[in-house]
Amino acid sequence: MTQLILFNVFNGLIIGAFYALMALGLSLILNLSGVINFAHGGFLGIGAYLAFTLMPFVGFWGALILAPLATALLGIVVERVLINRLYGRDPLYSLLLTFGLAYILEDGTRYIWGPSTLPFSVPSWMLSPLSNEFFFLTGYRLFMVVLVIVVVAALFVLLGYTRLGMRIRAGTLDLETVSVLGVNVRILRNLNFGLGIFLAGLAGVLAAGMLGLQPTIGSTLIMPSFVAIIIGGLGSLPGTLIGGLLIGVASGVTTVFWPSASEAVIYVLMGLVLLVRPRGLLGEEGRF
Amino acid sequence: MTDKNRSHLLDRRIVIKAAAAAGVAQVAAPFVISARAADTVKIGLDNPFTGTYAELGKNEQIGCQLAIEEINAKGGILGRQVELLSEDSTSADTGAAVQKARKLLQRDKVDFLLANVNSAMALATGEVSNEFKTLHIVTGGHTDAVTGKDCHWNVFRVCNTTRMETNSVSSTLASKYGKKWYFITPDYAFGHTLQQGFEAYLKANGGTEVGASLTPLGATDFSSYLIQAQSANPDVILFLTAGQDAVNSLKQAVQFGLDKRFHIAGAQQELEVLEGLPPEARIGTWVFEWYWNQPNIKGLPEFVAAIRKRTGGKVPTARHWFGYAATWTCALVANEKKTLDGVTLAKALEGFALPPEIALMPNKTYYRAGDHQLMPTLYVGHAVSKGAADPEDLFVVDQLVKGDEAALPVAETGCTVKWPA
Amino acid sequence: MRLDRRAADAVVWLLLLTMPFWLTWIGGYTALGTRVVVLALAAMSLNFLLGFTGVLSFGHAAYFGLGVYGLGLTIKYLVPSSLAGMAVGVIVGTLAAMIIGALIVRLRGIYFAMVTIAFGQVFYFIAYRWNGVTGGDDGLSGWRRLPVDLGFARIDILNSDYALYYWSLFWFAIAVLIMAALLRSPFGRTLLAIRENERRARFLGIPIDRHIWISWTISCLFVSLAGTLYALLNNFADPHDLRWDQSGDFVIMAVLGGMRNFWGPLIGAAIYVVLQDYISSQTENWMSFIGLLFVLVVMFFPRGLLGVLRRRAAP
Repeated sequence: MTQLILFNVFNGLIIGAFYALMALGLSLILNLSGVINFAHGGFLGIGAYLAFTLMPFVGFWGALILAPLATALLGIVVERVLINRLYGRDPLYSLLLTFGLAYILEDGTRYIWGPSTLPFSVPSWMLSPLSNEFFFLTGYRLFMVVLVIVVVAALFVLLGYTRLGMRIRAGTLDLETVSVLGVNVRILRNLNFGLGIFLAGLAGVLAAGMLGLQPTIGSTLIMPSFVAIIIGGLGSLPGTLIGGLLIGVASGVTTVFWPSASEAVIYVLMGLVLLVRPRGLLGEEGRF
Repeated sequence: MTDKNRSHLLDRRIVIKAAAAAGVAQVAAPFVISARAADTVKIGLDNPFTGTYAELGKNEQIGCQLAIEEINAKGGILGRQVELLSEDSTSADTGAAVQKARKLLQRDKVDFLLANVNSAMALATGEVSNEFKTLHIVTGGHTDAVTGKDCHWNVFRVCNTTRMETNSVSSTLASKYGKKWYFITPDYAFGHTLQQGFEAYLKANGGTEVGASLTPLGATDFSSYLIQAQSANPDVILFLTAGQDAVNSLKQAVQFGLDKRFHIAGAQQELEVLEGLPPEARIGTWVFEWYWNQPNIKGLPEFVAAIRKRTGGKVPTARHWFGYAATWTCALVANEKKTLDGVTLAKALEGFALPPEIALMPNKTYYRAGDHQLMPTLYVGHAVSKGAADPEDLFVVDQLVKGDEAALPVAETGCTVKWPA
Repeated sequence: MRLDRRAADAVVWLLLLTMPFWLTWIGGYTALGTRVVVLALAAMSLNFLLGFTGVLSFGHAAYFGLGVYGLGLTIKYLVPSSLAGMAVGVIVGTLAAMIIGALIVRLRGIYFAMVTIAFGQVFYFIAYRWNGVTGGDDGLSGWRRLPVDLGFARIDILNSDYALYYWSLFWFAIAVLIMAALLRSPFGRTLLAIRENERRARFLGIPIDRHIWISWTISCLFVSLAGTLYALLNNFADPHDLRWDQSGDFVIMAVLGGMRNFWGPLIGAAIYVVLQDYISSQTENWMSFIGLLFVLVVMFFPRGLLGVLRRRAAP
């Protein structure tokens, strides 16, 4: 029993890392632009499908890089054409807009690639477990965790030590001042949105390795990411990361005792966090 | 959509263009083109074309369209041409499915209703068709209640019950691979009844259930259930998951290497799922409800060729056949009884056997009186990663099982048909 | 101006009262009319909170769905009576809203919206997973609405589409009249004050959180009433009724028609329901068109149809 729970804690961390990747993208956009991106799942799907299409030409590794980049490009265009007109208006409108975009992206995916589940293969060396004891540590899942760690590290380096990153962080805290100081906020938000969508595209490629590639692939994954953000606290990227890992573990451990509740438990956890600490674990007081 | 006759398509195109030109006329447009030819016999199809079940719903529609074309070429129903009216029920919103059923029955006055891939929608639309006293054939919802405790006099079903599927495969599994079984069961009615079916077999034949995991329907991560399955050390792990759950669970099981240590099996499997899996995950012992590559079946090569023409070369799946057989059933029984009256037709369908060129499978294929369940042949076999002759020949049939030998007797289905006074 | 509004009211009520007659005449069907009325009630209830208190909830489907299941479960397991089912549905929905409301009422803006979504999902998962009681993914079947017996009269909503339409319209009217009266009362004026400037209202000594909580509860009460009517219409309860995309539909209905206008959500619901019914019969890609509608409304008609008309009317 203890072994089973231990296994599920490990396993939950792996799944949590995946949720965190998706939630970080959402969180980046939310923090700087104040937009809840409902279409995040749709972009995730686009990333996964692009990877499937690119793979015969550029291989798995090429697709792993190119597909998220192409998705990010699409995100940048969408932000430029539609979303940037909504900044400063009631959040209601950006919510509705991205809600509509989610419909269009899912339908567009179905229109282009068809409703059938597509067989997405990952390199065969990733397909076997690394040890007999810890058989759930497959090459693919380990690769996923490593990739998430690398990406998160790169993201924090980017935000912490580069000019662009510092501007994004500064903008998150006080957009007006940043603007007055001569930073082009429009471009900043545009790039930041692209960065968030890049993470969605990357999550999409990873998801396609574990799940069936279907037009609805993104919509099943978006809600846990929302919860990860709320638990971690709005406005805090480390919070989002912790939130993602927490719900992964909580849901993993719950499957041992009461599998039917393994999804509901993350919402219960969220309720508890809100009750004790309304701004979330690492959220800042009074920002939202 | 593609299945209205040409003059309508033309009308519609003009109307749509005019509406687009006018810009604002969109809202008024629904009612301009609502007049439909009155002298055709109408078959309504209320099936998902968007969302999770889009692929299955689409495939059934293609089967229906082929049947309609053939029926019309052979003189239609009661000498009248037949028209298929398709409505998207969506995959998850039963309210929309019910609304569409009402639209078909109340406004379009269809003579037959075909619905639905989704079990909930099959049940809910059954209530509506019953209210309108219209013959209704369920094309793809597998939950037992359809021909069990929620059965209706006007509702028939072409796809199988869960018990038929478990009974057909159980003995093969036990004799070939052992009697210690672990279940990966999706946590809803379909999964529960499949598991009960297997448990009944184990009990009667001295096997043991070493454990079961109830997995949430629509789960994305199956790892913790697979962890539990492997620690129970069974002979066979039975995956009772369907559709997207089946793709996800099998993909992950193979990545964990479970297929190298245990035998993987299950009940219902579909060609759509096998095609959605990467080659290394096309494994296991399964039941198919219909298969395209069978020897010595009258009319089968022609059917396969006709479907291929409509799908850009893809072979028919069980779903194509469900749509095809359901549509033909309407035509055959109506022409035999020379009426469109629901009660007469429903009574005539009790015990009604499909002719071989429609059944497209060995043995007698008939609708059972009492619960209105089609008794087809079931195909027990195993999946292969690559087709030998055809890239889509992903299933090898090992054994044929007669439906009426696998099904529960009517008395045990929970169905008592109440005919209208 | 006042006369105008009276005239508009009269036209709306007249159209609603005669809908079953002209709807079939122009190619609709009665059940479509009932659907419009029921979803309009849901959208107007949501708008009580959204348009007149300035609080965005993206989780109203949860309370709508509790109404649906409350009615279905009551008729199936407890009392074979449509009225009793409606009472239970409304009570359950309202109680849940009161509790959740107390938890989240201190949050604002986008945070509030996200949390309402997330809490709504809890109820969704309960309906989706609790197979033994709710039927899970298969939905709650095996029950039907029952004729309403009032002692002196019997309204056969089971077999007559017209009866069901007018039964729904009756409850729609009661709910709408109550909401209108509330908005005209000092309480309603206070809500408007909160919407316009929460900080100023706070300085005036208005207990903001309590007002928002009451407004939320009223809004959820009527949305669960709409849910019970929806259950009667479908003869079925299904988890999708509680899911977040259903909430999104309510919000777009309110915005589409004009959320600052009392009748806006009714117009929005009518357009949305009819358009969806129509487009989804024409093309499988209807989701793109609905999505496009969202985008167009947000980009070009943020005040909704009535907002645009009103602005055009004013010189």
